[in-house]
Amino acid sequence: MTTAVLPREDYLNTDYSLRSWLLTTDHKRICILYLVTITLFFAIGGAFAAMIRLSLATPTGSLVSDETYNKLFTMHGIIMVFFFLVPSIPATLGNFFIPIMIGAKDVAFPKLNLASWYIFTIGGCFTLWALITGGVDTGWTFYTPFSTLSSNTNVSLAALGIFIAGFASILTGLNFMVTIHRMRAPGMTWFRMPLFLWSMYATSLIMVLGTPVLAITLLLVAAERLLHLGIFDPARGGDPVLFQHLFWFYSHPAVYIMIVPSMGVVSEIIAAFSRKRVFGYEFVAFSSLAIAVFGFLVWGHHLFVAGLSVYSAMVFSLLSYVVAIPSAVKVFNWTATLYKGSISFATPMLYAFGFIWMFTIGGLTGLFLASLGLDIHLTDTYFVVAHFHYIMVGGAIMGYMGGLHYWWPKMTGRMYPEGWAKIGALTIFLGFNLTFFPQFILGYMGMPRRYHVYPPEFQTLNVLSSAGASILGIGYLIPLVYLLWSLKYGPIAGDNPWNAKGLEWQTTSPPPKHNFEETPVVTEEAYNYGGLEESHVG
Amino acid sequence: MADIASTEAVHPAGLQHHFDSLEQQSDASTLGMWVFLVTEVLFFGGLFTAYLVYRSTYPDAFAVASKHTLIALGALNTAILITSSLTMALAVFASQEGNGKAVIRFLVMTWILGASFLVVKGIEYTTDFHDHLVPGAHFFIEGTNIGHAQLFFSLYFIMTGLHAIHMIVGLGILIVMMYMAGKGKFTKEYHIPMEVAGLYWHFVDIVWIFLFPLLYLIDRHK
Ligand code: HEM
Ligand SMILES: [Cu+2]
Repeated sequence: MTTAVLPREDYLNTDYSLRSWLLTTDHKRICILYLVTITLFFAIGGAFAAMIRLSLATPTGSLVSDETYNKLFTMHGIIMVFFFLVPSIPATLGNFFIPIMIGAKDVAFPKLNLASWYIFTIGGCFTLWALITGGVDTGWTFYTPFSTLSSNTNVSLAALGIFIAGFASILTGLNFMVTIHRMRAPGMTWFRMPLFLWSMYATSLIMVLGTPVLAITLLLVAAERLLHLGIFDPARGGDPVLFQHLFWFYSHPAVYIMIVPSMGVVSEIIAAFSRKRVFGYEFVAFSSLAIAVFGFLVWGHHLFVAGLSVYSAMVFSLLSYVVAIPSAVKVFNWTATLYKGSISFATPMLYAFGFIWMFTIGGLTGLFLASLGLDIHLTDTYFVVAHFHYIMVGGAIMGYMGGLHYWWPKMTGRMYPEGWAKIGALTIFLGFNLTFFPQFILGYMGMPRRYHVYPPEFQTLNVLSSAGASILGIGYLIPLVYLLWSLKYGPIAGDNPWNAKGLEWQTTSPPPKHNFEETPVVTEEAYNYGGLEESHVG
Repeated sequence: MADIASTEAVHPAGLQHHFDSLEQQSDASTLGMWVFLVTEVLFFGGLFTAYLVYRSTYPDAFAVASKHTLIALGALNTAILITSSLTMALAVFASQEGNGKAVIRFLVMTWILGASFLVVKGIEYTTDFHDHLVPGAHFFIEGTNIGHAQLFFSLYFIMTGLHAIHMIVGLGILIVMMYMAGKGKFTKEYHIPMEVAGLYWHFVDIVWIFLFPLLYLIDRHK
């Protein structure tokens, strides 16, 4: 049973040559390419994080020098944000499932899709090169004038890497938007689309609109360093705060590039494992778009102490509250979906619950930070670090893991071991909270971020956090091991192991090269669970 | 379903396997180009923002500095580009008619106009260089704050430089189109690449239409 061979011809077993992988235009294979690449980046970023936490276990900062510490948190941030989280769900699960969920044979521009992966990888190589040949110490935010005038590390090279990878992001977003607009199967109207697709559409919109601004901003930083133009140099009339505006015009929306895909995944999982249509489908769908649009209007909340006028600070604060509304709408609707659903606690569902819990904490603390008075106290402390890790790790990565488990049987044709998977999910949940909850308290007590020496009275909480980080690290290793194991030894999953709705479950596992034997015709709304017989998945 | 099967049976030239019909493919390509152009707008948008911020912070220095731009060459280039948009539009039209010869003729004209633009721009840059207008140690402008005037010229070079890079890419695209037209690829039914190339070319022209007044004209009379 465990080593049974998969019966049919599918996208994986048609051709095993390396060439067939590196020149593939099949969106499913490109997903796998991305999966391997970003897992590598995740491991590298994780190694930096481990060193940071190790260093912070003692208050004296004796493990690494000040300069090295600055480089560690910078490279951790750059890799995790630009080379893991931004591409994570869109480039992998999005790539695999957008075409299948709308009943198409591929994305609109398959060659461009492959090109995106190459561009991404080349950008990644540039950044890795910058790291290996000396590193960067500006923080992932590249604030001027430090990054342009003072830092003598590899700023330009790292910026170039991000610049290049940005184009991969733009092209992926473009591809997805056109795919969703133009490639839907007969009968797949906008309001029959699963919510994952709405979230991917919103994400693509942000990628297409935001990333070019980051690109030009980083280009200006590099140009300033090479040619000394003075654009961000106050001594010559330049304005360093202009950099912050341009940077956050992308980077606040970018935080939604990271979280909105997870929201989409969670909608799918909740519907499938409570066997109900997502409550208030239209609201959830439009809240994704609302986030994408309003997300562009709140960047100023990162500049409250950088010299905004009182009035614009007030407006940015208010708008930041407004952008929390669509997020809250989603949380309420998921909860309402669970109500009286027949819920089963399979692994993807555990991750979805983890997501809701931690995203809520992250979102609420975001509101603390968006209030002008409180932010003055909390800005640049560990409170901010805890806030965004609750969202980006506790939220976004939980969603990514949940989606990976939910769709793994479809992608590989095999099941992962459920017992181990549950242990993994719980370990991640515990490890995560132990790592980051103490940081809220630390930040509130006044521990600044980005320093590696701190007063001894903060040590207990820091040790707790470092201990949590080791548990979290083990938590991530567990799925890595059993997922790889399942590739060969996992039991055959069958076409629809969750008994779930959605076109992706109607084709075979793994899907054939062109996804469907014949183009499907859609006749019902998404999540039409009413008519299904009871599930027997636990 | 039935009509999909029948179009697949015919399989017109140029139709890629993952599309159901040429119409769908054409719609997708055009939409793709439009989305790409939106990206470009935001790419240049970051620069326009920086320019507007500094222009309004240092209006006097920017007015003085902008008088040093070579308005005659800038105006000539504007005329060249507008004409090239016309020839490009004619080339696209010819491709819709499936008239390969005319496509090539108009593409060659467009290409020559585009190349002339770059030559004129090159002459302009050289003159700027001799006039000490290139930011750096030798930068010099009389009668205003040098740092602020240098900001103007930094932005001037970055904006026109990026535009020129887009022009060079455009010339490359034109060559590919000529090649395709030479192979007789464009028919009444299939001319998507020309439409998409046309969109790109017009966009690059329009960027210049914004750059010219912003950099050369505003406050020139002062
Ligand atoms: C619910 C809506 C949210 C609000 C109101 C909010 C608010 C804020 C505020 C005001 C800050 C600035 C704190 C400071 O520097 O003093 C901040 C920082 C941050 N937030 Fe959020 N946030 C929200 C959601 C998110 C999401 C969804 C993510 C990511 C997926 C995120 C990621 C970040 C990051 C990365 C930072 C720190 C950036 C840095 O300085 O390095 N936030 N947030
Ligand atoms: Cu923000």
